[in-house]
Amino acid sequence: MGRQETFYETIRRQGISRRSFMKFCALTAASLGLAPEFAGRIAHAMENKPRVPVLWLNGLECTCCSESFIRSAHPLVRDVVLSMVSLDYSHTLMASAGHQAEEILEEIRRDYKGRYIAAIEGNPPLNEDGMYCIVGGRPFVEQLKEVCADASAVIAWGSCASWGCVQAAKPNPTAATPIHKVITDKPVIKIPGCPPIAEVMTGVITYMVAFDRLPELDLMGRPKMFYSQRIHDKCYRRPHFDAGQFAEKFDDEGSRMGYCLYKVGCRGPTTYNACSTIGWNEGTSFPIQSGHGCIGCSEEHFWDNGPFYQRLLGTRLLNAEVNADTVGAVTVGLVGAGVAAHAGLSALQRAREKAGRASAAPVDTGVEG
Amino acid sequence: MASVVQPKHDPGQIQRPRNPPPGRTPWAVYVYEAPVRLWHWVTVVCMLVLVVTGYLIGAPPPAILGEASNSYLFGYIRMAHFMAGQVLAVFFVLRIYWAFVGNHHAREVFLPPLHRRSWWKGLFDQQLYYLFIKPEAKKHLGHNPLAGIAMFAMCILPLAFMIVSGFALYAEGLGMQHWMYSAFGWVIPLFGGSFYVHTLHHIGMWILIVFSCIHTYLVFREDIMGRTSIVSTMVSGWRFMKDDRP
Repeated sequence: MGRQETFYETIRRQGISRRSFMKFCALTAASLGLAPEFAGRIAHAMENKPRVPVLWLNGLECTCCSESFIRSAHPLVRDVVLSMVSLDYSHTLMASAGHQAEEILEEIRRDYKGRYIAAIEGNPPLNEDGMYCIVGGRPFVEQLKEVCADASAVIAWGSCASWGCVQAAKPNPTAATPIHKVITDKPVIKIPGCPPIAEVMTGVITYMVAFDRLPELDLMGRPKMFYSQRIHDKCYRRPHFDAGQFAEKFDDEGSRMGYCLYKVGCRGPTTYNACSTIGWNEGTSFPIQSGHGCIGCSEEHFWDNGPFYQRLLGTRLLNAEVNADTVGAVTVGLVGAGVAAHAGLSALQRAREKAGRASAAPVDTGVEG
Repeated sequence: MASVVQPKHDPGQIQRPRNPPPGRTPWAVYVYEAPVRLWHWVTVVCMLVLVVTGYLIGAPPPAILGEASNSYLFGYIRMAHFMAGQVLAVFFVLRIYWAFVGNHHAREVFLPPLHRRSWWKGLFDQQLYYLFIKPEAKKHLGHNPLAGIAMFAMCILPLAFMIVSGFALYAEGLGMQHWMYSAFGWVIPLFGGSFYVHTLHHIGMWILIVFSCIHTYLVFREDIMGRTSIVSTMVSGWRFMKDDRP
């Protein structure tokens, strides 16, 4: 491969004016939550840096991350895929197929050793030597390890790659395993969500290309710029929460009034994501805005944290659906009954002792009080 | 060991020699120092507030209709919970401090002497007594072994967990840049996410409710049927013996 064009050269060649380019840089800086002066730094990077090769691998997944990614509006995914990075391998988007496609992986690993980004959608199943997910005739886990070995950074797209998601839900028969537990020798940037928000995906790539470094990560390895707050913290229904106004059912008056969906199981208070600020489909809406609670898709174990329409974790015990409150109330009831029974027995024993003492030693008026 | 000191006031109905003959137990011993008693009752009040508000946070009362700007009910419920929790936490820390500087009874709920044979014997003794198999259990100046281990496992440990997980959940609302998140944020990934911490915090509440039920029953039962004072001891600090047997 020859010298890679810069982003700026590419878009100029495509007939985009410098004015539009500067606008793009300003918008991107704003969407990343950066100060205005960063627009200039992004522009500088775009004008001078060659496009970064990206290898996008697909393991066990549903392609919802790719579907989300191609709907990015700010920046437009076209700009990211065709100009900013060089998306050299992606099952969903590339034109080549078969051996021709697989050769690209080898080529990029050889020519851009340590200078390309490995973007992983889905995760590898480890049971049966990885035979539950075969790519190009080989277990996906082998391809994953090879590609990540020479990558400058690893991005884990979506909840599959970040936490395991649906295929890792109990009992996880294929041992589907998140990327950070397979690739342990380099930082894995988690972009959880099922799927992640399109602008979050392109925003992270833009940041990494523009500033040549990883975004600041939180304790769980997610970029702070998008995952440092819960849905709840910026939810537009938050005033109803503070006022104690909750929808009890999906068809009641509270639901029609747009009250907080906390009591119908909204996971907003426990879910770190940017849905309530960035929104979906160019900021048109997000689940809570369309009247359905958050199901916490960007959180670890979200598929096991059901039922989605209850506040508390439910489980089956003695063939009944129970949660912490039912177990707690039954336990307190049993303890109460035990206490009452014990008190009754104690009173009985005391009465018998007194009777026995009265008949044995009528003069003793002790003070065993 | 606790000093044998004369009480400031005579409880009246108990007639005992002021200076017990050799081999006889003293009839009143100062067991719980003022900071321990203060901690106990502050914790009682805080736990009452925390359990009621905490339950309501998990299962909110029906909605108040009207504009959201006219009501801050749930906000106040949560505020009461946070305030009571912080008071509880401060007194818990002071209580741990007092375990170091106070008398030896101030330490027993933190360090049950599991290594002592006599402790294990007392533990089984106390159980046989509660199962109505033995007519009476040995008297203890502080906690009997069963009470001590229950206090440690069902009160001190759950309280510590509730304080740490409570601050972690509170810090989530303050944000990742806040010092409290730096101090307690590690709890969230440790238990596999915010949802699990919420769930465990909720289960902790039920454990403390169960503890409170048993604790309240047994202290009143001991006060009536046992051979030492219990309830009044947590008010005055003095443990009165009702007989001379060990």
